[in-house]
Amino acid sequence: MVISLKKGFAEAGNATLFIARFFREAIKPPYEIKEFIRQCYIIGYKSMPLVAITGLIMGLVLTIQSRPTLAEFGAESWLPGMVALSLIREIAPVITALICAGKISSGIGAELGSMKVTEQIDAMEVSAINPYKYLVVTRVLATTLMVPLLVVFADGIGILGGYAGINIHSDVTMYRYFSQVLSSLDFLDIIPATIKTFFFGFFIGLIGCYKGFTAANGTESVGKAANSAVVTASLAIFIIDMMAVQLTDLFF
Amino acid sequence: MMHLETNTIKQTVADHLNPGINTKAGPVINIKGLYKSFGKNTDILKGVDLTVKKGENLVVLGKSGSGKSVLIKCLVGLVAADKGELKVFDTDIATLNNQQLNAIRIRIGFLFQNSALYDSMTVRENLSFPLKRHSKKLTNKEVEQSVNEALESVGLKEAIDKMPSELSGGMRKRIGLARTLILRPEIILYDEPTTGLDTITSREISELILSIQKKYKTTSIIITHDMACAKLTGDRLVILKDGVMEAEGSYASLENSDDTWVRSFFI
Repeated sequence: MVISLKKGFAEAGNATLFIARFFREAIKPPYEIKEFIRQCYIIGYKSMPLVAITGLIMGLVLTIQSRPTLAEFGAESWLPGMVALSLIREIAPVITALICAGKISSGIGAELGSMKVTEQIDAMEVSAINPYKYLVVTRVLATTLMVPLLVVFADGIGILGGYAGINIHSDVTMYRYFSQVLSSLDFLDIIPATIKTFFFGFFIGLIGCYKGFTAANGTESVGKAANSAVVTASLAIFIIDMMAVQLTDLFF
Repeated sequence: MMHLETNTIKQTVADHLNPGINTKAGPVINIKGLYKSFGKNTDILKGVDLTVKKGENLVVLGKSGSGKSVLIKCLVGLVAADKGELKVFDTDIATLNNQQLNAIRIRIGFLFQNSALYDSMTVRENLSFPLKRHSKKLTNKEVEQSVNEALESVGLKEAIDKMPSELSGGMRKRIGLARTLILRPEIILYDEPTTGLDTITSREISELILSIQKKYKTTSIIITHDMACAKLTGDRLVILKDGVMEAEGSYASLENSDDTWVRSFFI
């Protein structure tokens, strides 16, 4: 018990130092612009198909599942607004972030973990190249920027999925559907939900990098780093979401 | 201009890093009383003393786990020593800040046991990666010339566009060596350069180590278990036992040592 507590505190301390180093290295030149752009392409562009499929299914299923309940109260006309609100405020950010935790955080954890095990990170260090700046800063900045964009993309696709879901049982024009969606949305629905996605992105990247960078020697640790990155990042997403909802409720 | 001048690269690198450290000649590596342990009761190095002269090829022998790799990792600051003096180019590396340590690291090449090529980069990118970061004044053409020259030195010019996964073990070692050479190091540290290779390829790598020493006038420390490599490349051999230097001498003198334990390496 004492040993695991000690280990827990040591891990928390190491993670804090890792975060502090991120901010130090991110501010200090030289900047790895090319690698940052490459990471944005890998993390953002290459995740788009997965996010699109997930977003479409989210919108479609949410509409089909909610329809009978609203129909009981004769409130089917609220369906577009309700679907859009649910997607933008909660479902799209959390589900997209979880998808990214599974795809990106584990990928980063495995990649950096295998680089550590095969001494590639040491090779950078002995060539007087700062591996933290090249590998960690670029990836964390890329996830921080790309995850919010992927969430916005998922919002859009999800709303389109909702339109498809509504048209299974009724005939609503695209113009009418989007008019109802837009009239039910407020900036206060969009802004706090978007702000929290930057935190999702930051922690998805950071946890992946931390787990990979601190992987022990041996190939087994690569799998452990990837697995641990997904679990920790997913948990972090729920905790950040809970805090964000509480704060939004308090201030707006 | 087919050959990029060594001094041009070094000067560019030095300008870039502005190290402000001592570059006078002297014993290139001077280690006194080096201690290193990993946790309690795991003392690896227990007072190692070692001097390497300029242009010398020193072979370090010892059983697995005797601390040979730790010793050379201490030299480049990958592992921090617990105690002792560790002078490289007359500069105690324990006293250096990150920037100064990096200036020393540029002058030391390190060939890892598994070559440690960057998996996501082609051979060309692997080689140009350190050069572009340290020599920003170099044009793309000069970088390309330097990459070609390094690949030519290891006889693998045709592999320039290959990915590391497409290379054999011997080719990976050669490319690793070419990447080490790209910054024109004055010292090269070889961590088991022939491990995992067949006899013929091992001999080729050993001959390559010798030819590089002659061509670039480098000083080398070669960690190996391969006695053929030790015989071919070593000007002087040292044997590490229980964290200290147990024996030192030429290949012939150690082969005929009175100590049976020392002789057991040569059987």
